[in-house]
This record gives sequence, C-alpha cells and structure tokens, in this order.
Amino acid sequence: MNVHEYQAKQLLREYGVPVPAGELATTPGEAEAAARALPGDVCVVKAQIHAGGRGKAGGIKLAKSPKEAKHVASEILGMTLRSRQTGPEGKVVRKVYVEAGCEIASELYLAIVLDRSAEKLAIIASTEGGMEIEEVAARSPEKIVTLLVDPNVGLAAYQVREIGFSLGFEMERIAKLEPFLRALVRLFVEKDASLVEINPLVVMPSGDLIALDAKLNFDDNALYRHPEVAGLRDPDEEDPREREAREIDLAYVGLDGNIGCMVNGAGLAMATLDVISVCGGSPANFLDAGGDADEEKVRDAFKLILRDPKVKAILVNIFGGIVRCDLIAEGVAAAASEIGLEVPLVVRLQGNSAAEGRAILAKSGLNVTPVETLREAAEAAVAAVGGPGR
Amino acid sequence: MSILCDQSTRLLVQGLGRMGRLHARLSIEYGTPVVAGVAPGKGGRVIEGIPVFDTARAAVKQTGANASVIFVPPPGAADAVLEAAAAGLELAVCITEGIPALDMLRAKRALDGCPMRLVGPNCPGVVTPDQCRIGIMPAEITRPGPVGVVSRSGTLTYEAVDQLSRLGIGQSTCLGIGGDPITGTTFLDALALFEADPETRAVVLIGEIGGSAEEEAAEFIQGQMKTPVVAFIAGQNAPPGKRMGHAGAIIAGGKGRAADKIAALERAGVVVARSPAEIGSTLAESVPSLRP
Repeated sequence: MNVHEYQAKQLLREYGVPVPAGELATTPGEAEAAARALPGDVCVVKAQIHAGGRGKAGGIKLAKSPKEAKHVASEILGMTLRSRQTGPEGKVVRKVYVEAGCEIASELYLAIVLDRSAEKLAIIASTEGGMEIEEVAARSPEKIVTLLVDPNVGLAAYQVREIGFSLGFEMERIAKLEPFLRALVRLFVEKDASLVEINPLVVMPSGDLIALDAKLNFDDNALYRHPEVAGLRDPDEEDPREREAREIDLAYVGLDGNIGCMVNGAGLAMATLDVISVCGGSPANFLDAGGDADEEKVRDAFKLILRDPKVKAILVNIFGGIVRCDLIAEGVAAAASEIGLEVPLVVRLQGNSAAEGRAILAKSGLNVTPVETLREAAEAAVAAVGGPGR
Repeated sequence: MSILCDQSTRLLVQGLGRMGRLHARLSIEYGTPVVAGVAPGKGGRVIEGIPVFDTARAAVKQTGANASVIFVPPPGAADAVLEAAAAGLELAVCITEGIPALDMLRAKRALDGCPMRLVGPNCPGVVTPDQCRIGIMPAEITRPGPVGVVSRSGTLTYEAVDQLSRLGIGQSTCLGIGGDPITGTTFLDALALFEADPETRAVVLIGEIGGSAEEEAAEFIQGQMKTPVVAFIAGQNAPPGKRMGHAGAIIAGGKGRAADKIAALERAGVVVARSPAEIGSTLAESVPSLRP
C-alpha cells in the first residue's frame, strides 16, 4: 500500500527523523494560511498524488509569500498531473502539501527495501540524490552502495560507518547519520514497510540532515496489525474497480482489452492473459477469484467484470484443486441469470467436480460455450469477440 | 524415486481449521499416513481420526512424525514454522497465504543452519504420485513417472501436471514453492534436488513475473545441471507496478519482467514454452525419450 508524502513525513516525524515543517491544504485559502504559519518567507507547494516525477510535471512550485502560495496552490489543485509514473491518463490533484523552504548544501539518496534474493533488508545509498535511483543504476551503478541487514541482528555500527563514508561523510556527520538511519530501520521493521525512500536526503549548510522528500510503501499482508497505517489509504488514488475488488477480497487488475477473465489462482490467471494474447486476443482484466472461491464470490467477480464497458466476452477458467467446479458453475449460472448476461460466455472447468460443474451449466439454459483445454478456451473467447486482433 | 516426500513420510498437520481438516482427510484417502495434528489447547482430542497434540514437539515424540503441513492462519504461521523446526521435523510445507514478508524473513534467517527444509509459504504443497500427498494439490491428476515439476503457482502447476499426464508423461515429484517474495525452498534448491534424483529425467519449471528467482535458476541450470529443463513464465502481459494476485508477482523498478526471465532461461539452454497451453507438448518435443 502507498501513502502520500505528507503522511510519510508525519510518520517520519513520529520516529524522530528530521523533516521540514509543513501542512496539508485542500483549498488555495488553506494553502495561504499554511504558508503564513510556516517559519521563513519561502515555501514549497507540492501536489499530493501517489506517483513520482511531480516536479517535472509541474506539481511542485516555489512561493515567496503566503499570497503567492495561494496563487500557486490554485494552479496546482484540480490539475491533472502527467508524469512517467502516472501513465498517460494522469492523476487529478486534490491536496497540496505546503512546506517550509530548506537550504541545500548537497542532495543524497537513502532507501531501505526488502531484498528478495539476498533475503535480508537492503540499505541503498547514493551521492546522486534527487534523481530516480533506477536512472542512477543504469548510468553510474558505481555511485550506489548497498548493504544487507539481517532483521534478527539489526543494523550494526560498522554498517552506518560504511554508508557514511561512501556518502563522503566525516566522523562528525556520521554521528548525525546514525540516529537518522536507525530511525528509518526501526520504522521499516515496526510498521512492516516494504519501501522507505528518502530522495533527496538533504545536507543543509549547517551540516544537519533532513528528509526533503519521502516515499513509504507498506506490506499489504501486514496491514491487519497496523490499523493506523491501513487508515492512511486514500481511496481517490485507487482504480475504483481495483478498490471494489479488494473490498470483496478478489485480486483484480484492469487492462485494455475486451475479454473479461475470471480465473482461480494467480499463476493460472496470469497464464490465461498470456494464452489469450498468444491466440491474438486482448484481455480486459486480471482476476484471481482465489483458492477458496464459492458461489457468492463468483457472483461478485462476474458483476465486477461486467462493470467494464469494454468487455465483449467473458472467459471463466477454473482448475479445481481446492475449489469445487460444481460450486463455481452454480455461481456462474446464478450471476448470469441475475445480471441478465448479454455477452458470450466461455467456460472451462477442470479438476475437482468438473463433470458435475459442466452438467450444471448445460442444464442452466445459459448461452455458454463449454471447452476442455486452455487453448480451446482462449480460441473460443477470441472467436467470441470477432476473431484475432479485435 | 522422488524428492522431499515418499512412502516413508509420516505427516503432521499444524492448524486443524476447515482447510486443515479437509486436506488431512484427502491426504489420508491418497494413502499418506497422517499421524498427528497440532492444535494448542486441543491436545488429547481426535479429529478426522487423527490424534491431536498441544505442541509439535509432543506430536513428534509420540508419533514419529517426520514432516509437517502448516495451515495456521497468517498471524501465527511463521511461528508454526519455527515450532516445526524446533520439534525436529525434516520437512515443513507451509500452505498459508498472506504472511507478512518480514515474519518470513525473520523465520527464514532463524532457520539458517537448521536441518529442516521449508517449502512455501503460499504454496500448494508437494505430491509424489502414488506415494505421498502434502498440501492441497488435486493428487488424482498426477501419475508416476520421470518428470520433476516445480512452480511458484498453484493452479498453474495443476494445469502443467494435467497436460503432462494427458500426454502419458508421469511425474517424479510435483512441487509448488509458493508465490511470496520470500520462500523457504527456492527454484535453485528444487533444481538441485531434482538433479540429484536419478529417476528424474527432465524438469518443468514454471516461473512468473517478479524478483529474480528465474534468472538465478538459469545460472544454476547452465553451470550445474545435466537434466534437461523446460520452462514457462507467467505474466508476459502483466503491466508494470501492479501486483498480480501473488504477493511476489510484481514488476518493480523495471525488474522482474517476463521477457528478461525468458531470455535468461533461453541463454542457459532451457526451452521456454510461449503459451501456457503448450507446456506439456513442449516437453514432449524437447525430450522425445520421455514419450510413452
């Protein structure tokens, strides 16, 4: 789960990480008041969306007075920001964060992630702050330092020194880095983060460190034990159908094509998209109904798929292991008659109680094309939308 | 022969909720001795004909169980893994989906140097056809034979096994390693086990987007394996930045794309099926000696 910059900074503050003073505003008037309350004349008005590249897209602007902050906020609020990370459709700005200006001596990069292949936490540091780390990795990988931390051991003092010296620090500044870094690791572990990224980490002329921008991601599987983090979710930042799917415990990702897919199991669901493409078709969505799909879940999934006006046919692909195909068939029949299904339906049932499931569909009077194999399923679905390339 | 489990497996079930009970019964029906269950506070009862113990240690001591299958819900699942290791089991297969990544990270580091092998979490389990069923796979689609199957997915494993069985090609062991970012047994571990098994004459590897496990597998295949490997990578059409059902299936920062995994495997001499409908036929064509 992603959170906004202003929420990330509030969490950093709670952990004792220095961040500039700032306040959230949803109207130009609030932005003016926020700017007036901040120390100093100069402030920065920052669009709050769940995507990077805001600066280049015109979502971050400097203001030299509260009046100017109001004006700048009126420009940013309501605009649709398009950056490399938002995709071509862009994101509408509903909130701005008004933050005190900050003097900069140098900009660095610092992040903590879970390293899947080392199976440890990885601390990533670079002298190239303010740029996307992927860009630095591609252009000058020698400027990135990665250190692995065993979560059962924790961050060792020598590791702080290694990172500090790699950033060109001397012992005096390493003493300032240590509590900063320890706080980040503590936040990562205590809140079950999956990414803590400070970019840029600013060294001020005084030598003090401050987190000028911050990005936090959290492990969805751990939200059950962090209601305070789960509460930071911003529904405006989610695709409405993905949000609805999450609420009924389905994994759904919207795509561009016209063949709606309902599959059990994430791997088979991805493979179903792949086989449709191989056969010249284009899937409308990824949908994993889960290993424990029952009649009700199937009905919910069906409604969700059909809410997408692009869908011209539906492919149901179930390999029953835990799931019983007869229950799926009942769900499909119930959903189709309840909704008054108008698009062609291709159903493949295999495995657990598949024969019973097929019999239920045959008796249902629905216009269903029953198929046996994965290839037949994809071919029938592609034919149902008018053939390959349609 | 087989890997991980066979007729000598004596299975313990940790977590006897609805899923645990159902699949304990299905394993018993398949002929796997399910010798004990663990449900704290319910020791002394008998559930599905299985004697229940309060702790894994007591269960192992009383019944000689040597493998465990874990159905404990996410908040307690990593703890159940550690309990299995402390009880001296040789194998633990964790089915539970939704375990916090940091819990698994800590548990896995705690298992360093411990002889127990962990499979999963978020996996369908292990089946050695006609010998042993651990987990939730529909064992009736398997048949004994020379092909090892290893996969990050559940239902896609069933799909691949079904394709093989329909072609008359049997399996030595079918193994789901799980769809989470941190798994006990990796592709590398599974490939090494299959390579060391004299009866496994080919391996089907089913990967997916996210992480670099397939790239690491490719390196191992090129350097260390004589057994031919055929692969499929799911998620060739997955958009970047979106989690595709599995916690571990996400293309992040340009890493973890299907195309890169396919290229790495092909460089290592692996034949990669382009369509998931052709996993079985690709194996039959690349290793003709396996055809019945």
